[in-house]
Amino acid sequence: MSGKEKKAPLLEVRNLHTSFKTDKGEVRAVNGVSFVLEEGKTLGIVGESGSGKSVTAYSIMQILEQNGRIVDGEILFQGEDITHYSAKQMNVFRGQKCAMIFQDPMTSLNPVYTVGNQIVEAIRIHSDKSAAEANEAAIEMLKLVGINDAERRIKQYPHELSGGMRQRVMIAMALASEPWILIADEPTTALDVTIQAQILELMQDLQKKLNMAIIIVTHDLGVIAQMADEIVVMYGGRICERGTADDIFYRPCHEYTKGLLRSIPRADNMKEKLVPIGGNPINLLNLPHGCAFCSRCDEAMKICLEEVPEELRISDTHLASCWMNVKNGTYTEVPGDE
Amino acid sequence: MSNETNGKSGYLVEVEDLKQHFPIRTGFTKTTLLKAVDGVSFKIRPGETLGLVGESGCGKTTVGRTLLRLYEPTDGRIFFEGNEVTKSNMREYRKEMQMVFQDPYSSLDPRMTVEDIIGEPLDVHKLYSTKSERRDKILGLMSLVGLNAEHATRYVHEFSGGQRQRIGIARALAVDPKFIVCDEPVSALDVSIQAQVVNMFEDLQKQLGVAYLFIAHDLLIVHHISDKIAVMYLGRMVEMADADELMDNPMHPYTQSLLSAVPIPDPETARKQKRIILEGDVPSPLNMPSGCAFRTRCRYATERCSAECPPFTDRGNGHMVACWEK
Repeated sequence: MSGKEKKAPLLEVRNLHTSFKTDKGEVRAVNGVSFVLEEGKTLGIVGESGSGKSVTAYSIMQILEQNGRIVDGEILFQGEDITHYSAKQMNVFRGQKCAMIFQDPMTSLNPVYTVGNQIVEAIRIHSDKSAAEANEAAIEMLKLVGINDAERRIKQYPHELSGGMRQRVMIAMALASEPWILIADEPTTALDVTIQAQILELMQDLQKKLNMAIIIVTHDLGVIAQMADEIVVMYGGRICERGTADDIFYRPCHEYTKGLLRSIPRADNMKEKLVPIGGNPINLLNLPHGCAFCSRCDEAMKICLEEVPEELRISDTHLASCWMNVKNGTYTEVPGDE
Repeated sequence: MSNETNGKSGYLVEVEDLKQHFPIRTGFTKTTLLKAVDGVSFKIRPGETLGLVGESGCGKTTVGRTLLRLYEPTDGRIFFEGNEVTKSNMREYRKEMQMVFQDPYSSLDPRMTVEDIIGEPLDVHKLYSTKSERRDKILGLMSLVGLNAEHATRYVHEFSGGQRQRIGIARALAVDPKFIVCDEPVSALDVSIQAQVVNMFEDLQKQLGVAYLFIAHDLLIVHHISDKIAVMYLGRMVEMADADELMDNPMHPYTQSLLSAVPIPDPETARKQKRIILEGDVPSPLNMPSGCAFRTRCRYATERCSAECPPFTDRGNGHMVACWEK
């Protein structure tokens, strides 16, 4: 890898809007998402189903369903907007610059090809290695992701491997062309905890070895706490707040984040009752005028129902979109629109 | 255990050496026994919650299902209030023992209204004399689990996952059971909804005195809801103790690594957390290791572990462990 420029951040998403056209109307899955990913860092996107966290990831890779498209916003990779890339340019971006692993390794691997075949394919698309060289490289990759007996495994089909092993193969494929960014969409949700621990540790090891940036998308606050340097909390297609892991876990400034942290069992509330977030999940076809969370928020005020909260700066690293910060005066400034 | 002690023992459910083996065709004429559950024993008091944890394929769901005789047990005995249910007609016990399923999408009939779903067990056991009594009971159950009366005539597809799980729980409660097997009841739900349902289970237990076998893989949720926790690995129990004791002082090497692998939702703790990463994968239950099933991944394994299966013994205060080395 050569010529890493220092000036622009590795990846910057600005005011991203993604919509899906459906029979029932336009589903606005992502409404104005912005964040910055620095080299070698891990960004966690957390939210429940329908929060737009996966769609954000899919938008970056431009692998949305047929009926979905990026309506507005910029995605800057080293300062260059990739939303206007041609299909050919995107093919280079996907794989060489940015690779993705998915939740379910069984459905993301092709069942009729051997895993070796699939890794070799990934390598040969992105380099001019010969078949034999690519095969060598594939074995190297499998060893790198901690698969024993790689020479034998490479000739096996996905169904012959366990869930954890398949996820390792997925990671090996994703890393085959040494991407700068690895996007992991719920990479361990389908796995058992002991296997999850193996995979998360593997991702952290590889990040150090290859100086790769990771975007991890998950609903599991435990996984986020373990992996992320920076966290983006999403609800109803919008960002609730973003900041460092400590900001979000110890100084949450959005009612949704606060509610989420109260509702999960932690070491210190085992004897107490959990405090659930009331109400039902959001319907994206029918978003409220104001804050997406207002119908479930105990603190909701009149303005929350009417106006979408602006993103306010809480500290150097911490931004939150909640009217409560205006009411309590807990913000420092409104970030300018550049 | 003999029959005299039962009935007066004060236990609601007792399970002795339960085994559930499924024949699996492994060749044209060859069948192999899959030992899904291989000698599991436990007891549950009235109004108590036993949490059952383990990774996929460890047999925890099979234990729950066999307990209600949705599968005929291969061997072992099950007692309910001191009466053996293993051989008797299950119909009368179905009123006492109910089940809540994992997937609130596939466990409710999409062509029935909520009223009919909750009313069906009432119909089956003829628990009402008039139509209006049936309706009152259904509405009572619905308010018990936090559903509005106006939801009664709706169909399942109109509800979210959390609400569907409430319908499933109302259905289980319809016959006023003393014992409910909850098979991963919150794992299909969003984080913000899980707490609602967990709280509801806890409230219902206080109100109705019902006992739970709470099967789940999320250890933090299980710790929160359970009085006792049992850990399974490949069809056998490896450890069982009071919930706090098990979480604070795990003895079995498998429990230790399982607990250390749980991601803690707290960055400070997560940074300090020392993980015991297990090597390799769970062996196939069709081809179990000899002796202790865990020995292939165990740090402490010795020759004895491969020769003999360790007994499940009490290490004081009812902390049961099956391990030679610990």
